[in-house]
Amino acid sequence: MRQRNLKTLRVAAALVFLVSTSLLFLDFREAGAIKLADAVLYLQFVPSLFSFLEQATLATGGFLAVLLVTILFGRIYCSTVCPFGTLQDAISRAASLKRRRFAFTKPHNVLRYSVLAVTLLVFLGGSGLLVNLLDPFSNLGRILSNLARPALIAANNAVAPIFEAFGSHALYRVQWPVIAPVSIGAAIAMLLLVAWLSLRHGRLYCNTICPVGTLLGLISNLSPVRIRFDADTCRECGRCERVCKASCIDFKRKKVDVSRCVACYNCLSACPDSILHLRTTLPKGRAGKADSGRRKFIITLATGGLGLAVTNAKAALPPGFVPSRPTTIPENRTSPASPPGSVSIDHFTAKCTACHLCVSACPSRVLVPSLFDYGPSGIMQPKMGFASAHCNFDCTVCSQICPSGAILPLTKKQKHRTQIGKAHFIKKNCVVYTDNTNCGACSEHCPTKAVRMVPYENTKGRKLVIPEVNQNICVGCGGCEHACPTRPYRAIYVDGNPVHKRAEKPVIKKLEPAPHMEEDFPF
Amino acid sequence: MDRRNFLKQTIRGGIVAGSTLAFGGVRAFWSTPAIAAGPENPWDLVAIRGGEPDEMFDSAISAYNGMKSFVSRGDRVIVKPNIGWDVSPERGGNTNPKLVGRIVEHCFDAGAAEVIVFDHSCDNWRQCYLNSGIENAVEAVGGKMVSADSEGYYREVSIPEGRRLKTAQVHKALLDADVFFNVPVLKDHSSSLITASMKNLMGVVWDRWYFHRNDLHQCIADMASFRRPDLTILDAYHVMMRNGPRGVSVEDVVQMKAQVLSTDFVAADAAGARLYGVDPAEVRHIKLASQMQLGRMDLKNLSINRIKLG
Repeated sequence: MRQRNLKTLRVAAALVFLVSTSLLFLDFREAGAIKLADAVLYLQFVPSLFSFLEQATLATGGFLAVLLVTILFGRIYCSTVCPFGTLQDAISRAASLKRRRFAFTKPHNVLRYSVLAVTLLVFLGGSGLLVNLLDPFSNLGRILSNLARPALIAANNAVAPIFEAFGSHALYRVQWPVIAPVSIGAAIAMLLLVAWLSLRHGRLYCNTICPVGTLLGLISNLSPVRIRFDADTCRECGRCERVCKASCIDFKRKKVDVSRCVACYNCLSACPDSILHLRTTLPKGRAGKADSGRRKFIITLATGGLGLAVTNAKAALPPGFVPSRPTTIPENRTSPASPPGSVSIDHFTAKCTACHLCVSACPSRVLVPSLFDYGPSGIMQPKMGFASAHCNFDCTVCSQICPSGAILPLTKKQKHRTQIGKAHFIKKNCVVYTDNTNCGACSEHCPTKAVRMVPYENTKGRKLVIPEVNQNICVGCGGCEHACPTRPYRAIYVDGNPVHKRAEKPVIKKLEPAPHMEEDFPF
Repeated sequence: MDRRNFLKQTIRGGIVAGSTLAFGGVRAFWSTPAIAAGPENPWDLVAIRGGEPDEMFDSAISAYNGMKSFVSRGDRVIVKPNIGWDVSPERGGNTNPKLVGRIVEHCFDAGAAEVIVFDHSCDNWRQCYLNSGIENAVEAVGGKMVSADSEGYYREVSIPEGRRLKTAQVHKALLDADVFFNVPVLKDHSSSLITASMKNLMGVVWDRWYFHRNDLHQCIADMASFRRPDLTILDAYHVMMRNGPRGVSVEDVVQMKAQVLSTDFVAADAAGARLYGVDPAEVRHIKLASQMQLGRMDLKNLSINRIKLG
């Protein structure tokens, strides 16, 4: 193939990755996109690396393939596999009618290597915070999950009634996800940052802030196959430099800074004489020297954006609910509940990159971005939000799709015995106690009957039943808490297990036949 | 025709119906009722046992002179089963899909323009619609499954006869319907003792939390006063006898193979209570509804057509 056509190939591959990844996050009708999650996300660097650290198998070794390709051919990852990189290209392409012109700049070595080093040190020190904030895949995930998906749902909900007016139920209205201002703020901040950077400076994010880009840049210094000048025939038209969104081509000195080259191959198609080539020679010593790093404000901007609207995810009240006769005893919550399959809060917070794929894919909408529930370094990592939903007993979606190994796969059977928390009953908040009327919403929802209704002696002499909790068979699904109608405090709530436990199996006795089974009709 | 003859014919009709099905006979044989019924609405209640859910319905509806007694050409029909839980049909947590499908078929044969099926599920609604088998059964015969999972589908109405429940947000599909079939499943229930016909109406309201907070049984009875179903078809094929309304395993279920039809859903609930094994008066919302004169729970004074198949 002619090398000019490599760009077309690169664009096609990049679109495949961007579109397929987006579908995973945007499939709000649960059409089955998540079934492809493993394949689509196999090569995503940080999730794959985390997954590999959890369990080193071929199925988690996608990042090794990326490393290998980078050692041989440079940062192909950054222009094809990385959907966040493609998003930046798409933004800059969509925003300007004329193609942007770029010029060679010096690398911001102090900045980029410092960011990488600090990110690694903080990670080795036990906090994934910086990885989570800077990882390109997780950033794209948060943009899709917190911005694009709600926008799509809003559009759907605006159009659905029009269809309904014509008697069609092909579209259906979809409930809003729980509002998590910090995650939305972070997603907006990052989107604005990369949009601005990509408009003004091409792939500057990838070459200064992105730890994956910097790491792959270091490795690509080794790559034998790279873009090289045929120095003797070049007539110095400068077109290659002008199309280089990484600003890494210095046509006057006939040099390409391979550590910043994102292998987009725009230069190959731009060169009128095909002077630039992907070529093998022995690796030479790399150039590039320290820079004063005058744009540290970029980081300040990003972190500043995070500070936007620091409030907790809103606990949804039942719509139209008037909290009459408010309850008085607060729930005593000692720990958030992490999703089933996440083993323990330590394991979960160490492995989760807060990409919010599980938040998007959770059919019950019980997974919501946390604030400081897991501590400051766990910001935006998902937790179980029982105030507005409960975990479906038979559902294992989050455990199947988590790309970073934070939530490990569970079978239905394993999930049925996984106790992520335990129900606690506060009798004095309960409607049966306060109102002397039956309620039982908690027990209705309980899939194991860990919450069962037992006779309740009362002053009014009514035939009442009141909840009783058997924590041994409780799985912590939150059905009881979700259904409990008391406010502001629930009469029953789930307190998370810091380390998930194994619930006992509910004792299933043979059913005594109903008394009239032999009769035809008992009336 | 006297009662004994009628019964005989009914049973025979049932056998004919059953064997027609079994031997793959004409699909729409029920459009020409095998059983001649008496005068208009001769029965307060029709109870049937011993067949499959769909064939029992075929026979039972014949006792009402067929579906045409309820559905006219061009009608918009609502069929409201219980699809509350993400469980499979044999768990008895939801209305039997074969029954729901067959009812929809009858509606279309009687000339219905549209048959809409929905429930405001407790578990995730997509999983409930799919795993209950109801979505497949309904769509296979041309009915529409409609979401009830968004507040936008509801409209606030007043409940003039309500004592505790004065207003409620009710699904628009029901408010706009010409004919309303209530198709509950009979189950044990942790808070209302049993759930059947009236309790099934909690699935047409959005803000059911209010019920639980404000005297559940009274609210159930209040809601029953809002719109009485044109016909209630109570599914008691797989009956969950304990751990209701969700159930823990198939061990909670007995195969009762019964069905109750009535235009009076208080009577249907009373019959359901008896099938389950409790006195209807023990179930407070049945008693309240009877006191509010929404229907009758005195089964012994009702004319009941008892049909035995198989």
